[in-house]
Amino acid sequence: MEKELRLMKGNEAIAEAAIRAGADGYFGYPITPQSEILEYLMEANPQTTTGMVVLQAESEVAAINMVYGGAACGKKVMTSSSSPGISLKQEGITYIAGAELPCLIVNVVRGGPGLGTIQPAQSDYFQATKGGGHGDYHLLVLAPSSVQEMADFVELGFDLAFKYRNPVMILSDGAIGQMMEKVWLKPQKKRSEEILPWATTGKPASRPRNIITSLDLDPERQEKFNFKLIAKYREMEENEVRFEEFMTDDAEYIFVAYGTSARLCQKALQLARAEGIKAGLLRPITLFPYPKKRLNELADRVKGMLAVEMSAGQMVEDVMLSVNGKTRVSHYGRMGGMIPTPDEVLENMKSFIKG
Amino acid sequence: MTEEIVIAGFGGQGVLSMGKIMAYSGMMQDMEVSWMPSYGPEMRGGTANVNVILSDERISSPILRSFDTAIILNQQSLDKFEHAVKPGGMLIYDGNGITRHPERKDITVYRIDAAEEASKLKMQKVFNMFVLGGFMKVKPILKTEYVIKGLKKSLPERYHSLIPMNEDAIKRGMELIRLKSECIG
Amino acid sequence: MAEITFNDIIKPENLTYKKSKLMTDNVMHYCPGCGHGTAHQVLAEVLEEENLQERTVGITPVGCSVLMYNYIDVDFQEAAHGRAPALATAVKRLMPDKFVFTYQGDGDLAAIGTAETIHTCNRGENILILFINNGIYGMTGGQMAPTTLEGMKSSTSPYGRDISMMGSPIKMADIVAMLPGTCYVTRQSVNTAGGVRKLKKAIKKAVQYQNEKRGTCFIEVVSNCPSGWKMTPVESNKWMEENMFLFYPLGDIKVPAEK
Repeated sequence: MEKELRLMKGNEAIAEAAIRAGADGYFGYPITPQSEILEYLMEANPQTTTGMVVLQAESEVAAINMVYGGAACGKKVMTSSSSPGISLKQEGITYIAGAELPCLIVNVVRGGPGLGTIQPAQSDYFQATKGGGHGDYHLLVLAPSSVQEMADFVELGFDLAFKYRNPVMILSDGAIGQMMEKVWLKPQKKRSEEILPWATTGKPASRPRNIITSLDLDPERQEKFNFKLIAKYREMEENEVRFEEFMTDDAEYIFVAYGTSARLCQKALQLARAEGIKAGLLRPITLFPYPKKRLNELADRVKGMLAVEMSAGQMVEDVMLSVNGKTRVSHYGRMGGMIPTPDEVLENMKSFIKG
Repeated sequence: MTEEIVIAGFGGQGVLSMGKIMAYSGMMQDMEVSWMPSYGPEMRGGTANVNVILSDERISSPILRSFDTAIILNQQSLDKFEHAVKPGGMLIYDGNGITRHPERKDITVYRIDAAEEASKLKMQKVFNMFVLGGFMKVKPILKTEYVIKGLKKSLPERYHSLIPMNEDAIKRGMELIRLKSECIG
Repeated sequence: MAEITFNDIIKPENLTYKKSKLMTDNVMHYCPGCGHGTAHQVLAEVLEEENLQERTVGITPVGCSVLMYNYIDVDFQEAAHGRAPALATAVKRLMPDKFVFTYQGDGDLAAIGTAETIHTCNRGENILILFINNGIYGMTGGQMAPTTLEGMKSSTSPYGRDISMMGSPIKMADIVAMLPGTCYVTRQSVNTAGGVRKLKKAIKKAVQYQNEKRGTCFIEVVSNCPSGWKMTPVESNKWMEENMFLFYPLGDIKVPAEK
């Protein structure tokens, strides 16, 4: 089967890409602005084609724990939700991280706190990149900025999840979830029939029983496990940092933005260059691990960095940590579902340049 | 070429689907396209709008505040978007139910009485295709054959029998559109 | 009556206390006289006799039986508090040929996990839910459970459960029996040898029904908690029989029609 070109919503692209990536199961609960994922999967009914299980759970809590159970069987399983629902899932996510299980979690972010709004926001950055639930852990976080990346990051996310036996989050937002763009879909992959050696699939005589747990009552062993997790996160920082640069070669000032904000900044960048301002853009694609090294290098030769986010200023803290005082860093953001315009972003860059 | 468009009106007027058909057609013509709806409670009845971008280049921001073309189907949307048209840009509006008409002099304003015509011809179902036809006449970026292909792609098979009616509506829309300055009343 | 000799007693069919091959050698952490150990043994016997080791996935709860995976030699997943039925749902849906059970206490199943319990039963997932009801939170040190009897003292109902303030004890087996998704709901106990045999029969039936994909099987085991109830094992069994069994009467609540 050939690659296929379609016009799709970001949410639909995620659902279709999950089927094509050979996912074994999706467990979800409706919430705006991401319900199309569950709707699309129910309509596509992959149980009858690839054998993928799709289930509407009684709550986000149940859904993430279904993911836990499925992941513990070594299956390619996923869930999706939006901010308030992701908060509910945090319990399950920390157990999954603590049990070192692979899975994919999609957050199509909306404004908060609380019930907030249903419009796009990027205010879950801290929650996504710093752990989210209790205990010392990280998710590997991918931030798509187009419908194409919504599709591509499903397979990439599963691959990384299994490579590191770690939950992976696609951190998107309502704008990318709801908008339609062209998307090239990969051919259908067969679901894997491999039985993973650590998975709970029934104990044959040939191996000891497999136990999936995040519990260890012995503090010394638990600390050893914590060190093991840290080593895994360092390895991700070595191997998995992904980012994209626009016009940074001769840039004096750099926008740092991910997801929808990066798209706005691309436009703001064009406008800036048209006015003779030497601006550039760095778009982190992985938010954990963060492109710290690259930002630190760029800090040696630029006059400043402006983090643009649809939040009160969350990712900007990672920019500051990355450059470690080498250059000026500031933040511009809108909140509550408001999306800044490229002109507005440019005006803020101009006043940042003025100092 | 980059054409940044907003389509706005009441929910149920086919605002989102008109945008979708434009995006499909653009895709068939090998353009880069994006379709960004307003979503949420307003989708369920109140006003609806969608940003559509058709371009020869990679599209940067899919979310816009100023537009080359605004296609306006009710008074609230006219009040909201008349000022969002770039100087030198274009505004197309349906005169039905409009009490305060567009006033800007630095843009080209077209009027299309599509609602009235659709109701006269008992073709209310494809009202938005009259409007699309008008747009295609005054901004010839999208070719009819690709719009028809786009319709085939975007409509479920069971509605394919309605495609000829859509095509008629597009043709009629092309005849119907007028410069506002040439309209009486 | 014929005289029973020692040789009669040790005949295999009369052996009640043979350790199942599926029980590990790990030292159990349960308190003396607690029903958990017996329930584990009965479950392990069935898994062994039905040749289920290779296709069993068990889900353990949070509560006293959190470390159950140390005692029975099958694959286990350790769930978050109350979520075992959600894990079991996914395991069974993704691997329908496995034998899947959860083992949960009253706090886990009837308080924090009520939604998961009800909806898993309502969907009729083909799993076995083994519910150990001892009317108290044992693991955390004897707090009031959803199943604590009226007037019963616990560390968070030190003057006895006052139903006007704390609500009534909840009968989960009766609740899930009303759902069309459950095929077999029964209430048993392990306080006597006869009770042990009945529980074993019940679990065997649940295995059969799961093989036949007939819906959710729910087996409640009314049990004791000598430590939490602050009684000797013998006193606690007596108290259970005189009080718990009145409110939670033993026997089948729902049985499927024979095929």
